[in-house]
Amino acid sequence: MTLLRFEDVSLHRGGRLLFEGVSFVLGAGERLQVTGQNGVGKSSLIRLAAGLLREASGRIERSPLALADDNVAVDRELTLKQALSFWDGSVGTAMEALGIACLAEVPVRLLSSGQLKRSTLARVAASDAKLWLLDEPLNALDGDGAERLSRIIDAHLTAGGAVLAASHQAIAGEWPKLELGA
Amino acid sequence: MIGALILRDLRRGLAGAAWLPVAFFLLVATLVPFAVGPDAQLLARIGPGALWIAALTAALLPIERLIEPDRADGVLDQLALHGVADETTAVAKIAAHWLSFGPLLFIAAFPAAVLLGIDPAALKRLLLSIWIGTPGLAALAVAVAALTAGVAVAALTAGLPRAGSIAGLLLLPVAVPLLIFAAAFCGDGSNQALALEAAISILLLAGAPFVTAAAIRAART
Repeated sequence: MTLLRFEDVSLHRGGRLLFEGVSFVLGAGERLQVTGQNGVGKSSLIRLAAGLLREASGRIERSPLALADDNVAVDRELTLKQALSFWDGSVGTAMEALGIACLAEVPVRLLSSGQLKRSTLARVAASDAKLWLLDEPLNALDGDGAERLSRIIDAHLTAGGAVLAASHQAIAGEWPKLELGA
Repeated sequence: MIGALILRDLRRGLAGAAWLPVAFFLLVATLVPFAVGPDAQLLARIGPGALWIAALTAALLPIERLIEPDRADGVLDQLALHGVADETTAVAKIAAHWLSFGPLLFIAAFPAAVLLGIDPAALKRLLLSIWIGTPGLAALAVAVAALTAGVAVAALTAGLPRAGSIAGLLLLPVAVPLLIFAAAFCGDGSNQALALEAAISILLLAGAPFVTAAAIRAART
């Protein structure tokens, strides 16, 4: 089953061609890592895959998806559990999986950037979307966080999901690479 | 999701500075008699108009926090990814904004009327015009907020920080018809003025969600 398909996609940003001729297919149980130098368009490709940007040419097919990027999208004045529950009712297991269950009653504004990153990933893990889009998922994560991330990714892939991640760092596991700007 | 979104925005609005538009409204009502003198007849005549200027500016006071924080924080993106149309988001924001200042303004009109010596018959007209006009004001404020955010994003890429506030200035003329007919109805109680005020308010309510959604989409980079 195809969850995400790029066919000869190109993208313009600010009047400049960012990339062109990008094609790939992501099916159930598959993962793909977008790599490349800073500014080559990794984050833009993720936002394009999410449908938040419009492609200049080519075709994109996508199934329901969840996105984790640098924008936390949780209300700072609420406790972490309340804030995450706004997006998906059952966040308990996901918070457990990312090791932030103990922070459930802590106001979001007090959290560190690493804890916020884990919260963003927990929001994705709690969603029932098959396709996960992760933009620089390792940013601000410590060793334990990275390990937990690779564990939830493995579980998600085993359950028939797919993951598209953009990162210039190596993510644990066997990742086919899509090199932008090469 | 739209109910949850309205509740969330209302909670944020009331937890933030819900008293600010109302305090501003009452502040103007307090200052007008000092500025124009204690002539009761004159005050009663210009009172409703002055209060309507106060209501308009009060509604536009919180535009900085209506759209931009949610855009910068990725909330608008996540809403779109959760299948909420940008137009729906806009409707929810308009409803929440109105709920956070409309009823309070309605209540604040009573002490304001006393301060300006507005007689009961004119107060009744003022209340009716506030009831009918503030939803339009809320719609306008949300549209201005979204345009401000959109222009700010575009201006930032072009190297013009803080250019966003110009959108608010440019959109202010749209509010003028509402002001004219609301003040006219408060003045002489003509039903045509009330009908036109209602028409403008409905027009703003109908158009604002689309303007807001277009601005939200334009601000996505």
